Amino acid sequence: MSLSKKNKEAFLNPLTINNPVTVQVLGICSALAVTAQLEPALVMGLAVTVIVAVANVVISLLRKTIPGRIRIIVQLVVVATLVTLVSEVLKAFAYDVSVQLSVYVGLIITNCILMGRLEAFAMQNGPFESLLDGIGSGLGYAKILVIVAFFRELLGSGKLLGFDVLERFGYVNNGLMLLAPMALVICGCIIWWERAHNKDLQEK
Amino acid sequence: MAANNNSKGFSTNSNTYTIVYAVVMVVIVAFLLAFAHSALGPTQDENVKLDTKKQILSSLNITDYTDAQAAFTKNVVKILDKTGAEKCAVADFDVTGADKNEVIYQCEVDGATKYVIPMNGNGLWGAIWGYIALNDNKSTVYGIYFNHASETAGLGAEIVKPAFCNQFKDKNIQRDSVLTSIAVVKKGQSVADKDYVDGISGGTITSSAVSVMLETNLKKFEGFLTK
Repeated sequence: MSLSKKNKEAFLNPLTINNPVTVQVLGICSALAVTAQLEPALVMGLAVTVIVAVANVVISLLRKTIPGRIRIIVQLVVVATLVTLVSEVLKAFAYDVSVQLSVYVGLIITNCILMGRLEAFAMQNGPFESLLDGIGSGLGYAKILVIVAFFRELLGSGKLLGFDVLERFGYVNNGLMLLAPMALVICGCIIWWERAHNKDLQEK
Repeated sequence: MAANNNSKGFSTNSNTYTIVYAVVMVVIVAFLLAFAHSALGPTQDENVKLDTKKQILSSLNITDYTDAQAAFTKNVVKILDKTGAEKCAVADFDVTGADKNEVIYQCEVDGATKYVIPMNGNGLWGAIWGYIALNDNKSTVYGIYFNHASETAGLGAEIVKPAFCNQFKDKNIQRDSVLTSIAVVKKGQSVADKDYVDGISGGTITSSAVSVMLETNLKKFEGFLTK
C-alpha cells in the first residue's frame, strides 16, 4: 500500500521533526513518571499509541457533529471512556498486564499528547489520516520514553529490563538518575541533539 | 475548528444542539461503561482472588506451578482466626473479603507446617501490603511477599524485589518468646533488641512503612504467635 505524501507526513513527522515530546513539548509529566525503568516505559508507550490512535479515529468520525463550544469536553469524554474500557477489558482478560499498567492508566487520560492530537489533527482530518497521525504520535512519544528510560535504568540501577548489565563491571549505581529531574535533563539533551542536527528546528 | 454547520444545514453551535449532544453523549457513555463493568465484573473478581492466592503462595516460596488454584488448595490446609482456632474451610474463605487481614493461613509445605499472616499498611503514595510466612515455631521467617499500589519505580517499589524480600528469610520475629517484629533500617545501621534488614536507599519512607506494617500487623496476632 502506498501512502500519499500528506499521509506519510502525518505518520512520520511525529517521529522526527514534529515529535510530541521534544518539539511540541507535550506529555512531559508522564515521561518523568514512567521512565525510571525500561519496562514500564515500553508498556506506557504502547498503551498511549493504541489509545491515541483509536481516540483520533473516533473524534475524526464525530468531528462534523461536535458542537464547537464543548469540543474539549467531548474529546475528554471519548478519551476517558476508551481508557476505562481498555482497563476493564485488561482486568478481565489480561490481569497481569493490568496490574503493571495500574498506575499509568490515569496518566494516559491526562496525557497532553492525546488532547493535542485530537484538537489539532483529528478535528480537521479524515479517519484514516487521523489513525496514521495517532500511531505516529504515539510512537514518537514511545521513542523518547524508551531513550530516557534506557539511560535512567542503565545508569541508575546498572540494569536493562531487569537484567544486570553494568553491575558486573563494578559499576556503582547513580541514584540521582532515578529521580524525576534527571528525566528532564535527558529530555533536554535529546532536544539539544535534535536541534543541532536538524536545521528546520533551529530558531532564526 | 470543526465546521460550524453540518450538511443538513442547522448550526452545531446552537444551545439546544449543544445540550442535546452533551446529554446523549453522557447517556451513551454511561450505559457503555456500566455494561462493560457488569459484564466483566465477575471475571475481574475471579482474577483478583486468584492473584491474591498467588501472592500467598509466593510468600511460601511456591512459584513453580501451572494451576494456582490447585497449588493453593494443596498447600493451604486451614484458615485460623486470631486466637488460632479454625475459622472456616479453606474452600469457603474469600481471600479478598472484609476479614481478609484478620486470619492466619495454616499451610503444609513439603510436610512442614507454616503460618502465613496477611499484612497491610500505608507506603509513601498509597497502600502497601504483603504476606509473611513463618515456620512452625511461629518466629522464624520462611518467606515473605510485599506489594504496593503506587510506590516510586526504582526506589520504594523495590520492596517487591527478591533482593529485598530474601533478606527476611531465617530472621526471627520473636526474641526470648517476646514479639519484637523485624526492623527495616538504613543500610549500615543496626538494632540491638530485634532482628533487622537493610532498607532501600532512596526509598526511606517506603522502607520505614514496611517496618511499621510488620510491627502493627504482627501485633494483631500476638496472642497466637506467643502462645
